[in-house]
Amino acid sequence: MVMKLHEYQAKNIFAEAGIPVPESRLASSVDEVMDAVEDIGYPAAIKAQVHVGGRGKAGGIKIAMDEDEARQAAEDILGMDLKGYTVDRVLVEAGVDFENELYVGITMDRGEGKPVAMVSTEGGVNIEEVAEENPDAIAREHIDPAFGLHPYQARKIVFDAGIPRDVAFDVASFLSTLYDLYEANDASDIEINPVMITSDRDVVAADAVMNIDDDALFRHEDLAAMEEDSYEDELEAKAGEYGFDYVRLSGNVGIIGNGAGLVMTTLDLVDYFGGKPANFLDIGGGAKASRVANALDMVFSDENVDSVVFNIFGGITRGDEVAKGINEALEQFDEIPKPVVVRLAGTNAEEGMEILNTDLVQVEGTLEDAVQRAVENAQEVSQ
Amino acid sequence: MSIFVDDDTRVVVQGITGGEGRFHTQQMMEYGTNVVAGAVPGKGGQEVEGVPVYDTVSEAVEEEDANASVVFVPPAFAGDAIFEALDTDLDLVVAITEGVPTQDMAKVNKRLSEVDTRLIGPNCPGIITPGEAKLGILPGNIFEEGNVGLVSRSGTLTYQVVSNLTERGIGQTTAIGIGGDPIIGTSFVDALEAFENDPDTHAVVMCGEIGGEDEEQAAQFIAENMDTPVAGFIAGRTAPPGKRMGHAGAIVSGSGTGTAESKINALNDAGVPVGDTPNEVADHIEDFL
Repeated sequence: MVMKLHEYQAKNIFAEAGIPVPESRLASSVDEVMDAVEDIGYPAAIKAQVHVGGRGKAGGIKIAMDEDEARQAAEDILGMDLKGYTVDRVLVEAGVDFENELYVGITMDRGEGKPVAMVSTEGGVNIEEVAEENPDAIAREHIDPAFGLHPYQARKIVFDAGIPRDVAFDVASFLSTLYDLYEANDASDIEINPVMITSDRDVVAADAVMNIDDDALFRHEDLAAMEEDSYEDELEAKAGEYGFDYVRLSGNVGIIGNGAGLVMTTLDLVDYFGGKPANFLDIGGGAKASRVANALDMVFSDENVDSVVFNIFGGITRGDEVAKGINEALEQFDEIPKPVVVRLAGTNAEEGMEILNTDLVQVEGTLEDAVQRAVENAQEVSQ
Repeated sequence: MSIFVDDDTRVVVQGITGGEGRFHTQQMMEYGTNVVAGAVPGKGGQEVEGVPVYDTVSEAVEEEDANASVVFVPPAFAGDAIFEALDTDLDLVVAITEGVPTQDMAKVNKRLSEVDTRLIGPNCPGIITPGEAKLGILPGNIFEEGNVGLVSRSGTLTYQVVSNLTERGIGQTTAIGIGGDPIIGTSFVDALEAFENDPDTHAVVMCGEIGGEDEEQAAQFIAENMDTPVAGFIAGRTAPPGKRMGHAGAIVSGSGTGTAESKINALNDAGVPVGDTPNEVADHIEDFL
């Protein structure tokens, strides 16, 4: 989907492209924060570098007016838990004396199949609320990807948004540079909220969100190298290692399947039959036995899981390979940790059923029966 | 009748010398598809499964009269391969490749508006007209000739619903997987319009999923333009906001758009019954016929 850049990483990219950003330093200890503020001066912003939206509201951003406040902010923020992420670094940034706050964003409009640039004078607040309550406050322009953002379009957005005239051309040129970065880096979104108009009438990027289309990372080695593991939990990290599409949920029925749509459907059916899905795990197309075994290992590692349903409809995935993988994974246990229900259909399903060690798993013929049985198993275990 | 592919479809396989391309060429031919050529730059003059390989798509069109292509080219080169196919005036291009960069697809999308060629995909299982031709990776043996059209964003979910239909003796005119990416060629509306105009299609199954607004647009199209009855299914009812469920497009945004609920409501309002299970979708189709 996307690779998220940290604010400091995105700002480095902006600065290299000539977009003004406040003076800043990265710090990972209270001492480093104190060194940084000594150089940068007051007021200074101490900002948690984690991939979490709404950092400010959650207490991850503080403004320090003096040394005591800086130390306090550093102690509070470093090591804090921000929506499941531990903060191990902060960006120490010079406060900006601003007169206006703008919102500037570029994203892909799926419906149109084109990028769209957006500017609003109502920056500094939750832009999704603005979009809902006062959509006219956001000026937009779709971009033809063959030509890029025409200069006239950048000017049009700026005038439509009602940007103060004395900085209009500067904001338009800021937006053009931003689109160049969007295209050159295969970004999926760039969002700066706020862009500040300073008392000297300079245009400064005070925040920076930049996400990269991870399907395009093969042509951006520099960006790929910036990727930092930031999984919310150990299991998601493990899924990353195994290369699975995995999402952890809060229920107790573990789910493994092939193909996003069918796995989602299996989750929905668990819910429909009165159970609670523990995860989404797509083994992908054409999975071999070892991959199947890894998938079972993943789901067994989740303490919340009381029962597992394995649902495969083979197209390019072969039922015999899946069965082999399930046997391999389960034969290493003296006792199967959690009951496993298997349903195989499609390519080589019959061969798979013959191979499958039915001492170790329960077999069902239809999707509905398999899910219902797994839900029952979970209810029995959790009682 | 059928839509988009039939006995007369003459296929060039782009990427025919790769593992996937080779295997599925064999599978497509076994099913009866007219695979007339392969196209792989630098591999012109070779043969795969008895099929001549050319360096360019335009040569394959000139020499073998191909009118459709299937793309098995790796993601880094898939955008370029689709452009090549679009510039050769084919009727249909089916892109199977998963992981094509979104900005490449934005450029392809722009080109599509300038040509008459239809694109299906990318990141899709392809299209099949049972008994005539399949272009893609769908397992042919679960399909049966008949009068139900099917359009779906997901491959394996398509197989599930098709098997629920076939088990009851309900065959299909054509089944299309349109793909799970944010930017795709053929949309639900395009496929529904074609099914509406096909006299042999007596009912249609539409399988959507969370993310985007394509299903809502399809619902509006059905309400305004379709006499053929449609039954629906929406995957992702239990997906939490902000988490992507596998497909790049399958995400419920923080502001609540793209939810299963909004899609199901839109379909119900358009008179489309939505099954709670894939089997229930087959129940609805049985009622229609």
